[in-house]
Amino acid sequence: MEFFRIRKDIPFMKHALVFNVISLVTFLLAVFFLVTKGLHFSVEFTGGTLMEVSYAEAPNLEKLRESLAKDGYQDAQVQNFGSARDVLIRLPNREGMETGKVSEKVMANLATIEGPKAEMRRVEFVGPQVGKELASDGAMALLLVIGGIVAYLAMRFEWRFAVSAIIANLHDVIIILGFFALFQWEFSLPVLAATLAVLGYSVNESVVVFDRVRETFKKKRGLSTPEVLDHAITSTISRTIITHGSTQIMVLSMLLFGGETLYYFSLALTIGICFGIYSSVLVASPLVMWLGVSQEQFMQVKKEKEEAVV
Amino acid sequence: MNRYPLWKNLLIGLVLLWGLIYTLPNFYGEVPAVQVSSGKATLKLDAGTTQKRVDEILAAAGIQHDGLFSDFNSVRARFRDTDTQLKAKDAIEKGFNPDAADPSYVVALNLLSASPQWLTSIGALPMYLGLDLRGGVHFLLQVDMKGAVTKRLDSTTGDLRTLLRDKNVRHAGITREGQTVVIKFRDAEAQSRARAVITASSNDLQLTEGQDGADFKITATLNPLAQKSIQEFALKQNITTLHNRINELGVAEPVIQQQGIDRIVVQLPGVQDVAKAKDILGRTATLEIRMVEDAPGALEAAMNGAIPPGTEIYNDREGRPLLVKKQVVLTGERLTDAQPGFDGQTHEAAVHLTLDSAGARIFKDVTRENVNKRMAILLIEKGKGEVVTAPVIRGEIGGGRVQISGRMSSEEATDTALLLRAGSLAAPMEIIEERTIGPSLGAENISKGFHSTLWGFVAIGIFMCAYYMLFGLVSVLALASNLLLLIALLSLLQATLTLPGIAAIALTLGMAIDANVLINERIREELRNGSSPQAAISAGYDRAFDTILDSNVTTLIAGVALLVFGSGPVRGFAVVHCLGILTSMFSAILVSRGLVNLIYGKKRKLDKLAIGQVWKPGN
Repeated sequence: MEFFRIRKDIPFMKHALVFNVISLVTFLLAVFFLVTKGLHFSVEFTGGTLMEVSYAEAPNLEKLRESLAKDGYQDAQVQNFGSARDVLIRLPNREGMETGKVSEKVMANLATIEGPKAEMRRVEFVGPQVGKELASDGAMALLLVIGGIVAYLAMRFEWRFAVSAIIANLHDVIIILGFFALFQWEFSLPVLAATLAVLGYSVNESVVVFDRVRETFKKKRGLSTPEVLDHAITSTISRTIITHGSTQIMVLSMLLFGGETLYYFSLALTIGICFGIYSSVLVASPLVMWLGVSQEQFMQVKKEKEEAVV
Repeated sequence: MNRYPLWKNLLIGLVLLWGLIYTLPNFYGEVPAVQVSSGKATLKLDAGTTQKRVDEILAAAGIQHDGLFSDFNSVRARFRDTDTQLKAKDAIEKGFNPDAADPSYVVALNLLSASPQWLTSIGALPMYLGLDLRGGVHFLLQVDMKGAVTKRLDSTTGDLRTLLRDKNVRHAGITREGQTVVIKFRDAEAQSRARAVITASSNDLQLTEGQDGADFKITATLNPLAQKSIQEFALKQNITTLHNRINELGVAEPVIQQQGIDRIVVQLPGVQDVAKAKDILGRTATLEIRMVEDAPGALEAAMNGAIPPGTEIYNDREGRPLLVKKQVVLTGERLTDAQPGFDGQTHEAAVHLTLDSAGARIFKDVTRENVNKRMAILLIEKGKGEVVTAPVIRGEIGGGRVQISGRMSSEEATDTALLLRAGSLAAPMEIIEERTIGPSLGAENISKGFHSTLWGFVAIGIFMCAYYMLFGLVSVLALASNLLLLIALLSLLQATLTLPGIAAIALTLGMAIDANVLINERIREELRNGSSPQAAISAGYDRAFDTILDSNVTTLIAGVALLVFGSGPVRGFAVVHCLGILTSMFSAILVSRGLVNLIYGKKRKLDKLAIGQVWKPGN
C-alpha cells in the first residue's frame, strides 16, 4: 500500500500568498470571536463550586432550580450532563459567603426535594485566589514554551526558521481558542494542557519540514528557494499525513471512549492537529521564504550562527 | 552493517526485562486489606510486635489472612474477600482499641496489591492512582500567615510593656498598628533608653525612631528572619495538627503536604463523608493548665463518687486518674512554643515551654503560691480532656520559660512537646480548593481511560501493519515496548496517575508513532532512489535520527513548561507526557532498530524488504 504517488514536486510556493491570506482571515476571525464572545472559562479559572450529582431516574431540573433559589442560590446554573439522570450544578463564588461549605448546603437542599434522591458524584470548589494564579501560570507556561522553542530552533537551524515556526503555531493556538470562543465550549485546565501540547506537537511538524529544507539546500545545488521548499514539503507530505492520521486515531479514540472529562481535551487536540498540518506546512514555509532564507545561509553555517545570536 | 554489537542487544533486552518486571504488579489487581497504624503522636508503632499481635488476634478469632506486611509506621494484613476483611477489621479494632471512645490505633480498610512478595521486595509496586481514579477528597488549605504574624505581634506588645516597666522606662502607650508595634514617649531620653533596653532583650525586632508632633516614638516591626521563622513554625504546626486530626478519620493513606510557602494539600483517598472530614480539619483543640487537688484521701473519695466541689477527674496518658481543679490557670493561647531539650543541670530530658508576657506573669504568681504542689497540663479535644503531664512545682518560675522534666525519656519529651504544640492551629486556615470524586466515578474514569488507550492502540496497530507490513509490525512492537517502559517508569517513580495522565499516555503513543513513520518513510524513499535493502535500512535510521531528536526536543520543551507551571490536572498530564517522550526516543530508535537488525541483519543476500509497496515514479 502506498497512498502518495507524487511524480513531481507540488508547487506549493506558487500559491503561498493564497495560503497566507487564508491563514490571516482565519486568524482574524478567531481573534474576533475571542474578543466579542470571550472564552467560557471553567470553574478552575473563575472560582466557584461545581457539583455533579446523579439520580436513579431523570429529575425535574426546574424543581431543582426553584429549590436552590429558595435557599439563596438564584445564580445557580443547573443543567444535564451526559445523560438526563446526571445533573451539573455550577455556583459562582460570592463575597461574604463561607465558600468552603457550599457543597454540603446544596446537597442538604437537594435532599429536601421530593422524588428520587441525589447521589453525589463529584465536587469541585475553587477559591478566588486560585483561579487568578492559574491564569497567570498558564500565561507563564505559554511564554516559556515560546521562548524555549524559538531558542532551540534558532540554535539548531536559523532564526528565520524559529520565527516562522512559532508564528505559524501560535496561529494554531489562537484558532483553537477561537473555536472555543465561537462555540462557547468550556475552557478547562486539561484544555489548556492540550493547547500547549499542540503547540509543541505542531512545532515538531514544522521541524520535520525544515529539516528537509536544510538537507535539500545542502545536497542539491542550483534550485531556487521556492523549489527547495516545494521539494521538502512534497517529500515529507506522506509522513505528515500518516503521522497526523495516527495521532488523530488515538485522539478520536479518546473523543469516543474518554467520556465527558476528556471530551473537550480531545476536541482541542483534534482542532490543533488539523490546523497543525495546515499551518506547519503551508504557513511556516512561506513565512521562511518571505523572511529571505537562502542557500548561502547553509553553506557558511558558522557565520550564520553568529548572526543568529545578534 | 545492520547488526548491533552483543552489548547493545543485551542492553535492549535488559531494559525491556526491567520494564516487564516493574509493569507486572499492575496486572495483579488489588485485594482487600486492613491497616493498623498509630493514632497518637506519642505512640510509636513497633512493627515486629504489632505484627505478632495482629497475627494472634486473627488466630484467636479464627480468621485466615493472606499475608502480613509492615513498614516503619503501619502493619497491613491481606484478606481473601471483603467479608473476611470486615470481620477482621472488627476483631483487630476490638483487640487494639479496648476503649472505643479513646482509640490509640487507627484501624482502616485498605486495598493492597495482590502481587507476589518477591515483586514487592524489589520495590515493584503498582502505579499510584490519583483521587480522580480511586475516589476521595482533595483539599487545598491556605494558612493565614498575616494572622500568625499579628498573633505574635500582639504578644510582643505585652512583652514590651512588661519589659519597659521592669526596666523603669516611662512610655506614653504601646499599641499594635497593623503589622507594626508603636511605642510613644514624652522625651527623647526615654526613647533612647527604651531603644537600648529593647535591643538588648530581643533580636527579632527592627526598630525605627521617629517623631509624631510633640511625641517621640519607636516603631518596631518583626525583622524578615523572625517573620520567616514564625511562618515556617505556623505551617509546620498546622501540618502536625492536621496529621493528628486526620488519624481519627481512619484513612489508610492520607497525604498532608506543604505546597508553596503558605499552603497545605490534604488528600484523603476513599473518604466519602466530606462534611465530617471538613469538620475534623477545622476543629480546634485547647491546652489548659490547672492545679491538681492533692489533699490526702480526696482522690479515693472522688473515685467512690464523692467528688469534692470545684474539681473534676481526668485520666493521664497511662490511664491513672487525677483529681484536677475546675479553675483554669492558663490556656494554650498563652503558649508560644514548646520544644524538647535537656535540663541544664541534671541533663535529664525535658520540655521547654515559652509563654507570652501575660502568661508569664500569671505563671509566676501561681508557682510562687503553690510550691511543692502539682499542676496538670491538660489537652482538651472534642470536649474530652487528657492529662499530658502533671509535674510538681519546685519553686517560683518567672520569665515565661517553663521546663517540664523528670522521669521522661528524650523520645517522650519530643512527643510531649509535639502534643503541646499540636493542640491547636498556629494560624487560621481556609479551604481554597476542594475536589471530591465519588468511588463509582473513579472506577468509570479508569475504564474510560483504559478503553481510549486500548482502542486507539489497536487501530494504529492495524493500520501500521497493513501499510508497512513487517516494518509496521516492528513499529507496533516498538510502540508496545514504549507503553511497557512508560508504565514501568510510572510504577517505579510512584508518580500519581490521573485521568489527564492516562490521556497523556494515549497522546504520547499517538505521537510516538511519528518516529517510526519517519523511519519507515525514509527507508521507502531510499529504496525508491535505488539503494540496496541493507543500505536503505541503515540510511533510513541514520537520516531520520536528527529529525526525531529535533521534533522530540521541541515537544519536550512544551512538556517541561507544563510541568513547571502546571498544577493539579495539568501537572498529572505533564509528568506522563515528559516521561513518555523520553521512553519513546528509546523504543522508537533502539528497540525497533534492534528488531529490524535481528530480522534482516544476518541476511547477506537480501532482495526485498517487507515494508509494503514501494512505488516508483517510473512504474
